[in-house]
Amino acid sequence: MVDYQKLYKMPEITRSLHSFGNENNSQEPKLELEKDQPEVEQVKAHEMAKKQREISISEFFEKNRHLLGFDNKRKALLTTIKEAVDNSLDACDDAGILPEIEVSIYDMENDRFRLIIEDNGPGIVKKQIPKIFAKLLYGSKFHSLKQNRGQQGIGISASVMYGQLTTGRPAKITSKIGVNYPAHYYELHINTQNNKPEIIKDEEKEWSKNHGTRIEIDLEGSYIKGSQSVDEYLKQTAIINPHTTIIYANPKGEQIIFPRATDKHPKQSEEIKPHPHGVELGMLIKMLTWTKAKTIKQFLQTEFSRVGNKTANELLEEAAIIPKTKPQKISRELAERIMKAIKKIKIMAPPTNCISPIGAELLEKGLKKEVNAEFYTSVSRSPAVYRGNPFIIEAALAYGGHIPSEGSVQILRFANKVPLLYQQGACAITESIGKTSWRSYGLQQSGDNNPQGPCVILVHIASVWVPFTSEAKEAIAHYPEIIKEIKLALQEVGRNLYKYIAKKRRVKDELKKRDYIEKYIPAVAEALKEILNFSDIEEQNVIELLEEMLEQQRGAIDKMEFDENKNQEYDKDFADIGKEEQKNDEEEIEGKNNGSY
Amino acid sequence: MEVIEQIKRQAKDILEHIKNKKKPQLESPIRSLGNVHYDIEKGFFELKGQTKSRTLAASTVKTFAQTLKMMGLSKELVETNDIATKREAYYVSKNWGDARFKEQTESDTVMDDVEAMFGVNREQMGFIPEEKGGDIAGRLIVIDKSPDTGKEIRIDCTKFGSGAYSIPSSVEEIKFETNAKFILAIETAGMFQRLVKHNYWKTADCIIISMGGVPTRACRRFIRRLSDDMNLPVFVFTDGDPYGFLNIYRTLKVGSGNAAHLNQFFCVPKAKFIGITPQDIIDYKLPSHPLKEVDIKRIKDGLKNDPFVAAHKNWKRALKQLLEMKVRAEQQALAKHGLNFVISNYLPEKIRNPSSWLD
Repeated sequence: MVDYQKLYKMPEITRSLHSFGNENNSQEPKLELEKDQPEVEQVKAHEMAKKQREISISEFFEKNRHLLGFDNKRKALLTTIKEAVDNSLDACDDAGILPEIEVSIYDMENDRFRLIIEDNGPGIVKKQIPKIFAKLLYGSKFHSLKQNRGQQGIGISASVMYGQLTTGRPAKITSKIGVNYPAHYYELHINTQNNKPEIIKDEEKEWSKNHGTRIEIDLEGSYIKGSQSVDEYLKQTAIINPHTTIIYANPKGEQIIFPRATDKHPKQSEEIKPHPHGVELGMLIKMLTWTKAKTIKQFLQTEFSRVGNKTANELLEEAAIIPKTKPQKISRELAERIMKAIKKIKIMAPPTNCISPIGAELLEKGLKKEVNAEFYTSVSRSPAVYRGNPFIIEAALAYGGHIPSEGSVQILRFANKVPLLYQQGACAITESIGKTSWRSYGLQQSGDNNPQGPCVILVHIASVWVPFTSEAKEAIAHYPEIIKEIKLALQEVGRNLYKYIAKKRRVKDELKKRDYIEKYIPAVAEALKEILNFSDIEEQNVIELLEEMLEQQRGAIDKMEFDENKNQEYDKDFADIGKEEQKNDEEEIEGKNNGSY
Repeated sequence: MEVIEQIKRQAKDILEHIKNKKKPQLESPIRSLGNVHYDIEKGFFELKGQTKSRTLAASTVKTFAQTLKMMGLSKELVETNDIATKREAYYVSKNWGDARFKEQTESDTVMDDVEAMFGVNREQMGFIPEEKGGDIAGRLIVIDKSPDTGKEIRIDCTKFGSGAYSIPSSVEEIKFETNAKFILAIETAGMFQRLVKHNYWKTADCIIISMGGVPTRACRRFIRRLSDDMNLPVFVFTDGDPYGFLNIYRTLKVGSGNAAHLNQFFCVPKAKFIGITPQDIIDYKLPSHPLKEVDIKRIKDGLKNDPFVAAHKNWKRALKQLLEMKVRAEQQALAKHGLNFVISNYLPEKIRNPSSWLD
């Protein structure tokens, strides 16, 4: 969510908030000064009033672009592609279409790039196109509690605005909703004064696609490979969305195809009503004004999940409100009483069938594609709840093989099937990994740091509302319930890991012992020969008998050496994507943070 | 030749086991104070009979091989009438490939195990000790044989001047002639030198022996045979500290826990202690040093685990007294009263007065 609190703390833009989501925004009434105020303050207030003016959406954007993921040129490129791809995947999943997404980046020189993202999704109806792409905070997802990649309808329009601010060029949108419908082509600007779409061009077009959406944005950016690159993002997206095909052409003219690994649709995620435990006072008051319910009791029953006749009665009784009261008549005070009642009354946990996990098996399959290891394990936990929002944690782990044994383990983070590439240190997933005691699972670890060793850890959180630490959706917020669940998932894969490591150690010890035995058997036979003066043949016979005896006693052992050809899923070319130019990564992050468009 | 037969019998048994596809075993007595029994009447430490058996397995295969190789070496030595010191045996093992010893302590332990396994003296197996047996001076004629001619040689121990006769590593074949009144066994070479220099053995009519610390097996066996054959009393003169009491005197008198199978022959049960007792430190007002950590540990261990101490109340008392006094005194401390005080006063007084002895 947009960090409203932060905005409130900035006096210059306080009033512009209204211009944000509100189309009919009118001039704010001038501050009326009260007559009996001392003169000094009057003068000051007048002075201040001169400075108080509407700030444009573009100014707000300029000042807060880091919140939206446009801190630097490299990140801007990634964020734009990410927003477009996330939207495409959400649209396809909602429509039950297996996604096929084409991403192309063209280098226009002088740090300018043209991005084209095209999907086979359900398309967008004509009149919605301008608003979706050229109006901030317009979207279908903000008010819904449903496991989506996008959440607040700010991403793609912010990208359009960023492109417009850095290149002055409009975004070009083509969309078609079916075979018998024409494709609509728009060229759009955002009016940065009033946050309204400006239509530059609006025409119908021939498009060979049956349905889908294509967006073309020019922007200032920077293309660098490495662990925080577009290449890496698309690769991880392919890992976590095995039902998706991505065709990617990077600015170097390389085409990479990530073919879908399964034709199975992911489980459709369902929309649920908010659970009372997840609602805050302001939200409750807003809901009371919007509702079509005739009575407060009806309101509670229809607008919330897990509130039936009985619970509604109990809540109202606790709050001392007559059930027939009209929702619009509920004052702030009464609303607060309802909030208190919610905390007191026992309410069933929210339904959890609304979440669509990836599943342990597919998660492991994805990891196998990326890492050639000796051992894989994965777990998909049962749903849990934080602040009334259901969520599921999934974790997978790869160990040994080609993973470098020096340094910290590699962490792959995902939220609602979207890879998280930035802000690893600020993420609840990282915190949970550090707080899990890996030493008891056979990895090295000092204090609460990330463990060391040849290991890749993947964590996915799926929820109707993933709590991010910022609008840029880079890190998961530190809710204790979420950290607890992640730790439980990690402990489960950790235990499996330990079983493997312990077995490996046992086999190693056993081999050493056998080696030891075979080393000294000849000396035993030789000594007996010296004492008893028997023949060389007899000596050989004794050696064989001894070997047979000791071999038999110890039984057969499993072969545990790493076989690099065993993992059939592993795809070296795939795994190498995003790994080149690794060295440039850090300089990039440090050097470009303060860069301007 | 008895030893060779024993070695062969053991090896055959192992071979039989292997051929019958059974795990072969090696058995030997546990070599520690915990496995000895002390009977005052018999006068020496006897094995209680606890054994350890080593079954061929991953953890034992190395020592198993080394033990057999050591048995093979012993057989070869006896057959060729040769000898090897512990150090030499260690170097021979360097030919054994992977089964070779890394340190001499390892080979010494295996050798002691083999010796105990067969219940024989290591000299009978062709292994001889490195250390000197001890020095003799005084009224004694040793009758030995010349190594080359085999002719009898008479060695007069009064005729070594300021030097001494060395006890050989094997004393079984030696004979004695003497008219001495007693044998005096001394802890340090320094005290021995003083007594030789001032003709103590002449004035006291005795044989004096320098043990140089804990007496070697040869030294113990020599004193035992000399005292038995010639019917002489034995007095032992050591420092007034736990090492002198428990390591030197006790080992000479009743043997050790480490080679308990041999104690019957390598002990001198009739020995009496006339060294510095805790009471002497007081009576003679001897200068003393505080007990070291290791001394205290040795006293406590002796009081707790040593069957010899348990059987002799006067020793128990003496050790407790020393522990309370928290001091120790050396033989040389007697020099406080004059360099020859030990000859003129201490030894005559001690020998005259049996109540000052300790068992």
